[in-house]
Amino acid sequence: MNNSGVDKTRRQFLTNALTVVGAVGTGFVAVPFLSQMQPSVKAKATGAPVQVSLSKLEPGQLIRVEWRGKPVWILNRTKAVLSTLAPLESELSDPNSTESIQPPAAKNATRSLKPEVFVAIGLCTHLGCSPTYRPEIAPTDLGKDWQGGFFCPCHGSKFDIAGRVYSSMPAPTNLEIPPYRYIDDNTIVIGENA
Amino acid sequence: MNSPRFNNFVNWILARFPLTKVWNEHLAEYYAPKNFNFWYFFGSLALLVLVNQFATGIMLTINYKPDAALAFDSVEYIMRDVDWGWLIRYMHSTGASAFFIVVYLHMFRGLLYGSFKKPRELVWIFGMLIYLCLMAEAFMGYLLPWGQMSYWGAQVIISLFSAIPIIGEDLSLWIRGDYVVADATLNRFFAFHVAAIPLVLVLLVFLHIVALHQVGSNNPDGIEIKENKGPDGIPVDGIPFHPYYTVKDIVGVSVFIFFFAVVLFYMPELEGYFLEHANFIPADPLQTPEHIAPLWYFTPFYAILRAVPDKFAGVLAMGGAIFVLFLLPWLDTVKVKSIRYRGGIYKKALFLFVISFFGLGYLGMQAPTPSATIAARVLTVIYFSFFLLMPIYMRWEKFKTVPKHLTSNDSLGSKIPLIKQAVSDITQDTVVTTKSGKTLHLKTPNPSGLRNASVDLAKKMKDSLD
Repeated sequence: MNNSGVDKTRRQFLTNALTVVGAVGTGFVAVPFLSQMQPSVKAKATGAPVQVSLSKLEPGQLIRVEWRGKPVWILNRTKAVLSTLAPLESELSDPNSTESIQPPAAKNATRSLKPEVFVAIGLCTHLGCSPTYRPEIAPTDLGKDWQGGFFCPCHGSKFDIAGRVYSSMPAPTNLEIPPYRYIDDNTIVIGENA
Repeated sequence: MNSPRFNNFVNWILARFPLTKVWNEHLAEYYAPKNFNFWYFFGSLALLVLVNQFATGIMLTINYKPDAALAFDSVEYIMRDVDWGWLIRYMHSTGASAFFIVVYLHMFRGLLYGSFKKPRELVWIFGMLIYLCLMAEAFMGYLLPWGQMSYWGAQVIISLFSAIPIIGEDLSLWIRGDYVVADATLNRFFAFHVAAIPLVLVLLVFLHIVALHQVGSNNPDGIEIKENKGPDGIPVDGIPFHPYYTVKDIVGVSVFIFFFAVVLFYMPELEGYFLEHANFIPADPLQTPEHIAPLWYFTPFYAILRAVPDKFAGVLAMGGAIFVLFLLPWLDTVKVKSIRYRGGIYKKALFLFVISFFGLGYLGMQAPTPSATIAARVLTVIYFSFFLLMPIYMRWEKFKTVPKHLTSNDSLGSKIPLIKQAVSDITQDTVVTTKSGKTLHLKTPNPSGLRNASVDLAKKMKDSLD
C-alpha cells in the first residue's frame, strides 16, 4: 500500500461514479412513490357503461345521469330550439367541432346521433364546473342575443344548445360528447360507441 | 432554584446541548432595531397562528374521517356531538383566515420598508415559499369537509393543471387519483394537509428565521443598524430581542386574540367570508352551486384567472401574479429601502397596487358579468405593472436624504395634546337644559371644524405623496 500520496483523480472518479449510481437508484425508488398516486385498478375499473331510458324525457327537459363520476346531460331539443343553431355559427369559436372531443358519429351540425336528443358531459372544458341549463331566450343576465344554451357560473363561459362555445370565452373547446349508442328508439347506452 | 443540585443539572444539560448559546443568539443577544412600529407585530402573530393551526388541527384529526362517504358527517359530528368540538373546529377555520390576514399584512410591511431588498433576498424567498405552502394547506384543507364548495373548488383548481400543454391532463389525473374529484382525492389531500405540507412549513419557518437572524431585521427607516456599531461590537441602535420585543409582541398578541375571539365566538362564518354557505351542503358531483368563489384570500388571483379569455393564458397569469412576488428583490433595485425616504412615485404606485389587490379580491367574489370582467382586466394590468414596470418608473423617483441613525417614534403620551386639540377642533360645546332643570355641557360635531379638518387631512395626504 502506498501511503505517500493520495490520487485525487481516482477519488474524484469514485465520488462521481457513486453520485451517478445514487441518482439512478433514487430515480428507481421514486417510481413506486409517484406511481401509487395514479388512479388505482379499482378507480379504472368503475367506468362501466350506463343505460338510460328516454321514454319519459319531455320536450325541452334535461336529465342528469352519472357516468364515471361525471354528470352526463340528456336533453330533448325541439325543432324550434334546433333552428337556433345554424344562425349562431359566426359567433362560435369552433362551430364545426374540429378542435373538440366527440364520437365521429356525433361530429355534425347538431353534435348528436339524433338531432332532437343531445347527450353531453356536463363539465365545462375550462376548469370543470358544471354549467347551468339556460333554455330561456334573452334573459336579463345573459343579454338580448341569448338564444338558449348553457352558462358556466364559475367563469362565465357560454355554450349554445349544442354545447358549442361562443368566441372569446375562457373555455377553449365545445363541451365533450361521450361515446353513446341507441339500443332501441327510446334507450341509450352511455360509454359505448355505436 | 440556586441549589447546587439544580446547578449541577443545568451544567449537565449545557455540556450536552447548546441551550444558552441558542437562547442568546436568537433572543437575549439578538439585536433588533429599536424603532419597530406596529407593522412588526405580524411576524410573531403568524407564528402564533401557526401554533394554533397545529394544535387545533391535530385535535380535529382525532374525530375526522377522510372518506368521501363519511367526511361531511364526521365534521357535523365534531360540531354537534364532540365536547367543545365546535370550538376547536372554528378555531381552525377562523385561524386559516387569520393566517392570511396576518401574512398579507406581514408581506405588505415588506413592501413599505423594503424588507425584501439586499441583503434580505433569501428571507423574502423563504417567506414566499411559506406563503405557497399556506395556499396549498388552505386549498387542500378546504376539501376535507366535503361540502359543495370543497368539491367544486377542488375540481376547478386541479383542472388548472390540465391547462398545461402536453403533460397537463396526465398531471391533473395524477393529482386527483381518479377521473374526477373523488374519495382517492380526499384521502390524499388529507395526508398532504396534515402530514406532508406541515413538515415542509415548519422547515421553511426555521429557514426564514435563520436567514433573518443572519442578516438582522430591517426597520421602518430601512437603514442597516449593523453599520453603526459601538465599541462593544453591538449596534448602537439595537436592543436585545428579549426582553424588549418579546414583551412588545405580547401586547400585539393580546390585541390579536381580542379580535380573533370576537370572530370566533360571535361570527365564526363571518357572513360566508370565512366559511362559505354552500359548504354546508354535502358535495354533489352532478351539480355545481349557482355561484362559486374561493375563500377571500384567493379571490384576487381567481379574478386574474377569470379576466384572461384563454384557458392556458389565464392559468399562466394567475401563476405569474404569485411568481412575480418572488422576483421583487430584483425588480426593485433602488438603494433607498423605506417608503419614508422614497418620493411620491413609489407611494402612488403602491397605492394603486393596493387598490388593484382589493379590487381584484372583491371582483373574485362576484359573478362574472361583462362589466366586472373589464374592471378585472384593468386591475390585472395595474397589478402586473406595479411589479414589472418598477425598474422603469423608479428611475424618475426623487429620494429624500436617508438618516445615518434610526429616527425615534413619538410616544403615544406625547401625542395626547395633539389628539385633544384635534377633538376640540371638530366639536363645539353646546349647553342643553334638560326637563328636570339640569344644564348639560355636550360636545356636538362642529360642521366648519369638520370641513377644515378634512381639508387639512387631504392636504397632508397630498403633500406626503409628493
